[in-house]
Amino acid sequence: MEALDRVVKPKTKRAKRFLEKREPKLTENTKNAILIKGGNANLTVTETLKDIYALKKPFAVLYKKKNITRPFEDQTSLEFFSKKSDCSLFLFGSHNKKRPNNLIIGRMFDYHVLDMIELGIEKFVSLKDIKNSKCPEGTKPMLIFAGDTFDLNEEYRRLKSLLIDFFRGPTVPTIRLAGLEYVLHFTAMDGKIYMRSYKVLLKKSGCKIPRIELEEMGPSLDLVMRRTHLASEDLYKLSLKQPKALKPKKKKNISHDVFGTSYGRIHMQKQDLSKLQTRKMKGLKKRPAAKMTEEDEGISPKKSKSVL
Amino acid sequence: MAALCVEELLARAEQREAEPHRSVAVQKELELEFDLGNLLALDRNPPRAAGAQRESRLRSLARDNTQLLVAQLWGLPAGRAEGATGPLVAQLPEPFYRLPREKPLPRPRPPTRWEQFARLKGIRRRKRTSLVWDEAAKQWRRRWGYARAGGDPARDWLIEVPAGADPNEDQFAKRLRDKREKVARNEFNRLRNIARGALPGRGLHPTGHQSRAELGRATQVARVSTASLGRFQPRLPKEPAAPPPRGGKKRRFEPLLGDLAAERSRQLELLRGLGSKKPPLDLTRAVNKQLREEDAQAAAGKGKKRGQRGKRGRQRPGGGKGPAGGKGKKGGARRQQQRPAGRKRS
Repeated sequence: MEALDRVVKPKTKRAKRFLEKREPKLTENTKNAILIKGGNANLTVTETLKDIYALKKPFAVLYKKKNITRPFEDQTSLEFFSKKSDCSLFLFGSHNKKRPNNLIIGRMFDYHVLDMIELGIEKFVSLKDIKNSKCPEGTKPMLIFAGDTFDLNEEYRRLKSLLIDFFRGPTVPTIRLAGLEYVLHFTAMDGKIYMRSYKVLLKKSGCKIPRIELEEMGPSLDLVMRRTHLASEDLYKLSLKQPKALKPKKKKNISHDVFGTSYGRIHMQKQDLSKLQTRKMKGLKKRPAAKMTEEDEGISPKKSKSVL
Repeated sequence: MAALCVEELLARAEQREAEPHRSVAVQKELELEFDLGNLLALDRNPPRAAGAQRESRLRSLARDNTQLLVAQLWGLPAGRAEGATGPLVAQLPEPFYRLPREKPLPRPRPPTRWEQFARLKGIRRRKRTSLVWDEAAKQWRRRWGYARAGGDPARDWLIEVPAGADPNEDQFAKRLRDKREKVARNEFNRLRNIARGALPGRGLHPTGHQSRAELGRATQVARVSTASLGRFQPRLPKEPAAPPPRGGKKRRFEPLLGDLAAERSRQLELLRGLGSKKPPLDLTRAVNKQLREEDAQAAAGKGKKRGQRGKRGRQRPGGGKGPAGGKGKKGGARRQQQRPAGRKRS
């Protein structure tokens, strides 16, 4: 519903702007994330949430208080938080004997839970444990996913999509090449997912492309997949639907070759080729003498035909 | 002095040569997939970083992949932002990897009563100037609002009693009452427009937590969405039996031996209608209906033509075909409309 279509219309311009920011649009805002601590959150989980908050600033909200909920049983409180703070991604950390160092990463569609994946943290190295310089806050990271499991297994595929959604940051039209400072590398191997963050150093090389050296910077996590709550196929397809207005307009009558040549098509009316205006070459012009001989030649075969 | 400098230079040159030639080439079995709009690279090669030196192997894998991604990014068309001395920026393409949206697509809202009427009549919105010349104050004033052009009507110290009105009536109170009524009517119409805006299938996508009524409606719609319109859908053990098919206007059949009195009255009505001299078709109503529809079509055609002209500017080759096509359409429509009138007669 538009801001003007509500039963209670906003009384101030500020309220109207607030509502317009939250309503569904053609090109959406950057997704925000809420980072919540569960009832029993230990140091590892808290530190993880704080580090990921540092990575995702300013598109994240870190809740300071503990919230005693179980996302896999009851999703209403998560949905309430998402609606209040207009966030569509969430990260819920908790700890108990059965599921130690538990992290639930999820996303919402229309303020209802779309996908939720529970991950267990096996090893965690925090930002402050690695003592070197960090990159500035709000940098757009480069994302790399290694391992064929990310394509073969359905759950891993959704996890990949979730992680891209989570860490991608705002969509920009141009990027400063010297500002590519930071890369998040996810490897799926032996049933575990290794997440490493490195700071990128661009060194001189022989050619235009710089040589890359990596320096371990940020939080590194060893994760193992536990439970999942994935959306049904049709709901997922519905959420993937893009508006038609955003599709690039196809230019008619232009086609492209495999080799990159572009072909155009021109539609012409029927032309009388005998009356075509071509270049005049004086040498080929019919002279009166030549015309006469041609006429004779032209007529005689006809005559011979009629006789035969 | 000079010898020292030369020695330094030679030492530095030797150092530079001794450094290994840093290459940017990376060998991979399978090519990586890139989505540069998201700064994303997908590596399908099975990683070989198991064992003791996992960290260093992971780091070298990451380095190789990052090198390939950066090589792709450096291949993008680049320019200099903010003039010739600004930082080097690359133009990123649109993100290719499809990610789910955060909210559903915005739905177009149905037109209000006024909008429908305006479309029918062909009324278009006139752009009004924001300032109006005020003769009394000899300056440009707002059309409405704080210091408006005609003076605030609520602050009048004198209201003339209009010709046909009761002299003892309080005109100030009347003005206040009229204004309140206008505001209330406007609000009522606005709420009515919002209420009418509920389209039949609007809330039926699966969102998870739906109320009982919504779920019931969704099951009903799902039942009827089969090829045989839900006639052969099995019912659950405790579900109530299907209601008798109401059918449309044309598929509604009365039972054979039903209400005898109703049948008798119906037959008598028919005989009376046949016997009366009055024609069954009300000519004036039919003609008015026809005129209204022609009006609507003319308005739609005018609007479209004007829109096309505005879009194309000077070009008129399409415009030449426009009115001819419109005429053909109108003629056809008229012919179509005459047919139902014929059917009514028989």
